[in-house]
Amino acid sequence: MKRTLITLGLVTLLLTAFACERREVGGTGGTTDSGGAILVGVYGDLSGQTSSFGESTRNGAQMAIDEINAAGGINGRKVQAVVEDDQGQPQQASTVVTKLINQDKVVAIIGEVASSNSLAAAPRAQEAKVPMITPSSTNPKVTQVGDYIFRVCFTDDFQGAVAAKFAANTLKAKKAAILGDFQSDYSKGMTQYFVQEFTGAGGQIVAQQSYTQTDADFKGQLTNIRAAAPDVIFVPGYYGQVGVIAKQAKELGITAPLLGGDGWDSPKLFELGGASLDGAYMVNHYSTDDPSPAVQKFVAAYKAKYGAVPDAIAALGYDAMNVLADAIRRAGTTESAKLRDAIAATKGFAGVTGSININESRDAVKPAVVFELRDRKLVYKETIQPPGAAAPAASPATTGASPVGAASPTANANAAEGGATGSGANTNTNANTSASPAR
Amino acid sequence: MDTFVQQLINGLTIGSIYALIALGYTMVYGILRLINFAHGDIYMLGAYSGYFIAHWFGFAGEPSMAGLAVTLVGSMVVAALIGMAIERFAYRPVRKYARMTTLITAIGVSLLLENLGVVIFGGAPRSFPEQLRNATYTLFGNAAISKTQLLIFGVSIALMLLLQWIVYRTKVGTAMRAVSFNLNSAKLMGINTDAIIVFTFALGSALAAAGGVLNAQYNPTIYPLMGIILGLKAFVAAVLGGIGNIPGAVLGGLLIGTAETLVVGYGQQVGIPSTYRDAVAFAILILVLLFRPAGLLGTTVQEKV
Repeated sequence: MKRTLITLGLVTLLLTAFACERREVGGTGGTTDSGGAILVGVYGDLSGQTSSFGESTRNGAQMAIDEINAAGGINGRKVQAVVEDDQGQPQQASTVVTKLINQDKVVAIIGEVASSNSLAAAPRAQEAKVPMITPSSTNPKVTQVGDYIFRVCFTDDFQGAVAAKFAANTLKAKKAAILGDFQSDYSKGMTQYFVQEFTGAGGQIVAQQSYTQTDADFKGQLTNIRAAAPDVIFVPGYYGQVGVIAKQAKELGITAPLLGGDGWDSPKLFELGGASLDGAYMVNHYSTDDPSPAVQKFVAAYKAKYGAVPDAIAALGYDAMNVLADAIRRAGTTESAKLRDAIAATKGFAGVTGSININESRDAVKPAVVFELRDRKLVYKETIQPPGAAAPAASPATTGASPVGAASPTANANAAEGGATGSGANTNTNANTSASPAR
Repeated sequence: MDTFVQQLINGLTIGSIYALIALGYTMVYGILRLINFAHGDIYMLGAYSGYFIAHWFGFAGEPSMAGLAVTLVGSMVVAALIGMAIERFAYRPVRKYARMTTLITAIGVSLLLENLGVVIFGGAPRSFPEQLRNATYTLFGNAAISKTQLLIFGVSIALMLLLQWIVYRTKVGTAMRAVSFNLNSAKLMGINTDAIIVFTFALGSALAAAGGVLNAQYNPTIYPLMGIILGLKAFVAAVLGGIGNIPGAVLGGLLIGTAETLVVGYGQQVGIPSTYRDAVAFAILILVLLFRPAGLLGTTVQEKV
């Protein structure tokens, strides 16, 4: 017995030594600028409750990588994605990002979608000084983790306010009820900014309920909401629960429209909610019906490659990868501090989801699109510009660098914005299309 | 008032599902004194069987009663077979050792099924096809009951009556009760105890599958880890009612379902957030066990099935 233990101990020691040895060998990969492919870490939920987010992000990023490589790579080097699954759990997100940094030696990281997961993983990237670009985490706290954390989407202070403005101005709602996801930072942020804006506009919050992601039944909350007789129900959650909530709300005879954000965006939403979702409204990042050539080219290419219409999450994954590629190209190196500065200097990058300007808080300032859900489709309602929107800003930094938008930097009318002026909660929205009246 | 009635209906719906699953826990415990931790995962497998049956036999498109019946019965049969296989290959080989061994085996089987589910079905939630054209009936005021809820009540009550009939009116039921009194004596009386145990597992698993398919009509999201929390709550329901006692499991299920829905409905007014619904279910369990350690309907006499 004793001998067995000693042997076991020795084997363990040897294994540890080997493991360390191997790491030492690969240790310089992260900072060298010569040789093999540029490794980019992509992490997301590929097997959990929000797995369509992870799949879309991966598909979008992979498509960008394939296009970059087909065009000769970045500064002569190919790009390769290292994909990790975090099962949609914050703890796991932190673990896989640690693995991407320490084991795979990636030069930069793309992910996550759910803000709670990004918030758990971002400190690992910040500590290791590896730039992380989240394609679609909208909670403002994510990029506040540190100066290596960026995002290419708008934030919830804008998104929540857009939803509130839409409810108050277009839907003419006076009383709103909120049904939020208790566990998600995304939902909490959205709720906070929605309440701020909606009550500021003279509206009233008549019921505020929450659920947890493991809840199997939402009728208790919905019954309370029904009793409060709201004009609109704000549901800032993820598609997995929202589909069921819509179905159960219909069963209770609730007629007030549901309103939500980009967390709804998944083909699975309609599978779960079906016809119950008709007449609901959702704030999102971009519209596949946008006639701009950049968007149409992306949608067609994505359909050809994956056989599905790209949701906003996929488009943002694509944009995040292209922003990163553009930054590496401009930095001329993958050395982390220089790469970070290059990402931070991104101005007027013509992405599929609009012009991307990284501001001083490392967020992108972009317009939001509001859709009505009808017959399992997203029907475009209006575009709401971020505060301080002005004429399109052409930046010298990225001229000709974008693989998709370079040909038509101003073709996308929705992308008109001035950039770094505003990020505050005091949102000043203006619809640029004639918004249709409330139902 | 109509809000209160509505919350009661909501609570009894989810409570019926808990009750169906709790029955499996309680029956297996009654016979083997084993807490079958894999039972929540059999519920999950039942829901997935229903999903595949509905798709393979073409019942996923148009809602139809026939499709629902085939899906329900089919998934119950599949789950019964799975339950029997688990008993035969996981529990029977270790039954002769200490009870703790079987208990740990049960935890192992549970983890195995969950992770196999992730590997085979993928972890992403799937959407269970709608098999009942839904309609909502207004009772009075605003209180509404949907067809799905009526279906859940109807099928649950029918299955519980059937179970009651099997246990108290049939030969195999008598044998089950004999085994639960004393396994060795039953064996000496010429009862094929192994067969009875297998039958019990099949019965419990079929009920869990019925719960899975019914609940999927109510909440169409199915995913491999869906049985963890639900299984835990059904277990609490079984203990609350008095584990080993069949009416107790039903009572416990309905109580837990109603209590947690009322917490969601009225908790906010007394300072308990709706997200504490699970905590409240467990708090009730602790309180009841403090005063009635054998559960609400449990007795210290081993009159258990």
